[in-house]
Amino acid sequence: MPELMPAARLKREGLKGIHPVVLVPGIVTGGLELWEGKPCADGLFRKRLWGGGGFTQLLKRPLCWLEHLSLHNETGLDPPGIRVRPVPGLFGADYSAPGYFVWDVLVKNLAKIGYEGKNLHMAAYDWRLSFQNTEVRDRALSKLKSKIELMYRANGNKKVVVVPHSMGVAYFLHFLKWVETPPPMGGGGGQGWCAEHIKAIVNIGPSFLGVPKAVSNILSAEGKDVAYFRAMAPGVLDSGTLGLRALEHVMRVSRTWDSVVSLMPKGGETIWGNMDWSPEDEHVCDFSKKRYFRLSPSDNNVNNSNAKQVFRVKDPVKYGRIISFGKAASVLHSSQLPTAVLKEILHMNASRNFNSSCGEAWTEYDEMSRESIRKIGAVDKAYTATTLFDLLRFVAPKMMNRAEAHFSHGIADNLEDPKYNHYKYWSNPLEMKLPDAPNMEIYCSYGVGIPTERSYVYKLSPSNKCKHIPYQIDTSVDGEDGSCLKSGVYFADGDESVPVLSAGFMCAKGWKGRTRFNPSGINTYVREYQSKPPTSGIKSTTHVDIMGNIALIEDILRVAAGATGEEIGGDKIYSDMLRMSERINLRL
Amino acid sequence: MSKPLSFYRSYFLSKTMFLRRRNGTDSSKTRVADPNIEKDGADNDDKKKDQYKMPQRRNYGSKKWSCWDNCCWFIGFICSIWWFCLFLYNTMPDSIPQFVTMAITGPLPDPPGVKLRKEGLTANHPVVLVPGVVTGGLELWEGRHCAEGLLGKRLWGGSFGEFYKRPLCWLEHISLDNDTGFDPPGIRVRPVTGLVAADYFATGYFVWAVVIANLAHIGYEEKSLYMAAYDWRLSFQNTEIRDQSLTRIKSNIELLVATHGGKKVVVLPHSMGVQYFLHFMKWVETPAPRGGGGGPDWCAKHIKAIMNIGAPFLGSPKSIALHFSIEVRDIAALRAQAPGLLDKDVLGLQTFKHLMRMFRTWDATFSMIPKGGETIWGGLDWSPETETVNNSAKKGTDNSTRNTGGNGNICDTKGVNYGRLISFSKDWAETHSSKIERVDFKHVAKGDKLTNSSNCDIWLEYHEMGNRAIKAVADHKVYTAGSILDLLHYVAPKLMARGASHFSYGIADDLDDPKYDQYKYWSNPLETKLPNAPDMEIYSLYGVGLPTERGYIYKVAPPSDCSIPFQIDTSVDGDSEDSCLKGGVFSGDGDETVPIISAGFMCAKGWRGKTRFNPSGIRTYNREYKHAPPANLLEGRGTQSGSHVDLLGNFALIEDVLRVAAGATGEDIGGDRVYSDIFKCGHFCRHFGMSVKFEKTGFEVLENVLVSILCVVLKKEHKEMTSH
Repeated sequence: MPELMPAARLKREGLKGIHPVVLVPGIVTGGLELWEGKPCADGLFRKRLWGGGGFTQLLKRPLCWLEHLSLHNETGLDPPGIRVRPVPGLFGADYSAPGYFVWDVLVKNLAKIGYEGKNLHMAAYDWRLSFQNTEVRDRALSKLKSKIELMYRANGNKKVVVVPHSMGVAYFLHFLKWVETPPPMGGGGGQGWCAEHIKAIVNIGPSFLGVPKAVSNILSAEGKDVAYFRAMAPGVLDSGTLGLRALEHVMRVSRTWDSVVSLMPKGGETIWGNMDWSPEDEHVCDFSKKRYFRLSPSDNNVNNSNAKQVFRVKDPVKYGRIISFGKAASVLHSSQLPTAVLKEILHMNASRNFNSSCGEAWTEYDEMSRESIRKIGAVDKAYTATTLFDLLRFVAPKMMNRAEAHFSHGIADNLEDPKYNHYKYWSNPLEMKLPDAPNMEIYCSYGVGIPTERSYVYKLSPSNKCKHIPYQIDTSVDGEDGSCLKSGVYFADGDESVPVLSAGFMCAKGWKGRTRFNPSGINTYVREYQSKPPTSGIKSTTHVDIMGNIALIEDILRVAAGATGEEIGGDKIYSDMLRMSERINLRL
Repeated sequence: MSKPLSFYRSYFLSKTMFLRRRNGTDSSKTRVADPNIEKDGADNDDKKKDQYKMPQRRNYGSKKWSCWDNCCWFIGFICSIWWFCLFLYNTMPDSIPQFVTMAITGPLPDPPGVKLRKEGLTANHPVVLVPGVVTGGLELWEGRHCAEGLLGKRLWGGSFGEFYKRPLCWLEHISLDNDTGFDPPGIRVRPVTGLVAADYFATGYFVWAVVIANLAHIGYEEKSLYMAAYDWRLSFQNTEIRDQSLTRIKSNIELLVATHGGKKVVVLPHSMGVQYFLHFMKWVETPAPRGGGGGPDWCAKHIKAIMNIGAPFLGSPKSIALHFSIEVRDIAALRAQAPGLLDKDVLGLQTFKHLMRMFRTWDATFSMIPKGGETIWGGLDWSPETETVNNSAKKGTDNSTRNTGGNGNICDTKGVNYGRLISFSKDWAETHSSKIERVDFKHVAKGDKLTNSSNCDIWLEYHEMGNRAIKAVADHKVYTAGSILDLLHYVAPKLMARGASHFSYGIADDLDDPKYDQYKYWSNPLETKLPNAPDMEIYSLYGVGLPTERGYIYKVAPPSDCSIPFQIDTSVDGDSEDSCLKGGVFSGDGDETVPIISAGFMCAKGWRGKTRFNPSGIRTYNREYKHAPPANLLEGRGTQSGSHVDLLGNFALIEDVLRVAAGATGEDIGGDRVYSDIFKCGHFCRHFGMSVKFEKTGFEVLENVLVSILCVVLKKEHKEMTSH
């Protein structure tokens, strides 16, 4: 079997698994099952609502399914009468669980060099909840701590290697802080817990600083290829019951998920750029040497063909404007744009009139007056990673209220400030200190060379009907041939979901050496995996497919077998990561 | 649910078919009278194609209605009905089966979880489930060439799907190494973890699922439930050596207690899990290198109650037949395997030997050999069951026995010597011991090899025995629980040597003897002391009222090259209809697998009060559940079943479990609840009622239907009888 190649070869070399391995899945890759439901879900007890198994059952009743996947709009926990819980386990029992397919190849390779249930663990947590709530409701962090301690002891005091993917990266950062914090809020492991139990954290496709995609998701549920949408699409979009409203339904459900907010861009304009500047703006678009990219089939609708496309950028793109209404707003210099409009609108907040003709409110958009919707979306407005939050707080006040109690997206001025002991800062690498564990290693492993959504051109929806999302990406906007702009989306370098900036910056600069974010000088390594023209499965580097990339798997196996970062070759950088990091003016 | 439904569908279909056909024949009869039409029909036969194309127009034109028309109409009718039913079936909401059930049986009682929730019970103590032998799933982590691509698939439990296709490969992987008792080189088969490990054994065959569902009703979820999965093939201590299973259980129980604000756990071991958990309790308090180092009060701090379900504390005679000749009438696992595995030509007639070899590599099966020897299981001329049979019959105290006896299914224990676990021939089973001349077999040399045994594909230790040795074994005539060990040591020395290093079957004279610190004694309740935890409670929950294998009559198999030399003599039956002896097997009372003596003795007597086995006076409770077969097909495996595995779906048992999990003590739920004579004389003589054998594993709808009809009829008769 070709997919087992790296492990088979390494096993012949005499490689044997030494350190226990903990896998931390990202958003949407974990299975969820029903423990208590409404009458419409009769007979589905402990059937999967997400990931594998009973999907067919559920497709008969998509509305019921969506109802059970939603969380409570105010608490962010289960709605009354519904209990949906994560499914533990590596293989998720007998079903071929599509939720776990991403880990399948890696797990098989690990098994080949001697791993099994006692030294390989998949951390199961409910990816819809905010990180601290997984502990409050399910004791997921306590379980993870106990499991790591157990594996450490049961395998002859060998430290564990942690492999988080995507959002799991932020989840594990949260865990690192939680475990060393004293009991009521934290796990009470004490200072030095991480140093004692963890050898290395191999972050795969890390979304340390968030992803712009999350914004378009919240705003208009239009993440063309965000995984959860894709997972939903075949089922929900095709079923007639929901019909044309599918997007609205998806939006309604996903807005109850706090975790989506954790993926919002972190670090504001310092990291993501302001109206006229962005770390990428000169360099990423300097594609004069014509790189070729083959887009994955899922991007067909964007590009109308899956043939090789020239992806070349000439104009200086104002990536800093993550959302612009109208193409002009995305291009013009900031002095030509009207400012401070948003604040006016925010003042109008009190005057929002409930549009009763729409009946029951579907999404929070229905609670907004047409007028304010129009004002926000008036042409010639652009929002950066900082002002964006004002926008979102306005269009989705409930969600942001709820989620901002659990997540923070800023940059700390003074990390010693006692307020940073609060859990809402724990998953933001720019507002937390890494633990005191000088022998630990942190890897940032991600794919590069694939166009990745970085900012969007929006427009008002033509339809003014009720229960309709008022904004949509203006897919008619295109740059001239070879531009970064395609169908209303500006692309930058990345792994299709996470821009390199978010994935690599912390390892390349924020934590490199001894910084205020990394006071004990934990070694960090950037490992990039370049997308090569013949991108078949085993060499693919897209956000999810990278889990099957043989080069990455080999690295993980070697680390698990005891190698250090230096031994596997230290940094390996293809993108403009370093120059981009220099451009970012962050006090370290 | 789909099975019974599909049955109903086909039933209705056949009914309508039948009606149609009758109508058809009627109408054709009337028309046969008219010769013209008959002729016409014959014509039509020649022009079949035309008929197919436009039968209707012809009918219109001629206004004739031929047999052929009927036929077409009939076929079309059937097809459309079929499709319609299929359509209905597919679009039907899941709640319909319930309506059907309700319509037939009247409203079902609420499941205990729902009922107790209404009473206000909520989740309180975390619950630990310990699965028994064969019910836990196993999955493949590393395999030989033939198992390519099956990594992470289940070898045991679940659907068995992939491995049906390659039974030999399956056997190779599921067997352990004959010398070490661990995996053979190049193969790693590991227990499935999580609740999925043993919620269902095979698709639709529940083990823990009903208990879990009911626990969920009162608020339990994954964080407060823990399935202590372990590899049930290994000896108990080896699960720790290879997988650190005991350490995991310890760590998880500690986590559960910590995350539930110090609330102690309620442990539910089932079947062999009972012994496994006994072993765990000793292990966890033993200091570090040999044990878990939890300290002498670990159990007192972490465990509220142990509710042993279908507990084979003292072993089960069934395991002897399994070891001796792999012949059990109804061990669930083999049955489940049977449809696929036994029919395979690949294995052919050698199936049993394959299974035997596989089975004999599993150390854990030694734990089920009867413990306590003749003291517990009876000697040549006495047994705890038979002594009081006459007493209770005379006194007529046991009313329930009387009632079920009314059905005429009394098993007559007269002359049965349960103490003789194995007898060669019926005569030896019945004759008084003074008249039996037993020839010692131990000194008979082996090695007189069977002819051509080198040709055998499958190696068994039997092949090294030789004819003389086989004869010697048979000449010993009867074996009690004590001498059975010698027998097994003789016929399978290697196997027993391996087993003896992990398990012990005796009774301790002096429990303070330091030798009892060794782990091989930990799972034998007669050779260990319970931990010092006076607040802990121990329950024994078991089914009664089902015939349970208790002794066997063997014969020497006709000599052939590679067969197993001993067989149960299935031709032997008792003298009377209702004898306890049927098909070479003596039955006693129990839950079909574990006799009550094994399940009930420790809690009824061995540990009751403050004994040397229970120095801290842990309170014990016996809770018996009388078997009642399911009222009808739709009840599935029944809510009042007392059989070994189905007991886990018994509503009364689940209610007890839920109450204890929600915080009740043994006194709160009513203390002992006993139907058998387990307290009366310390013996367990009893007639048992329903001997209608219930197929557990097959799930053949037909069988279920027959049984349910039978049950309904019997019930009716019974009602009439009692009303008169």
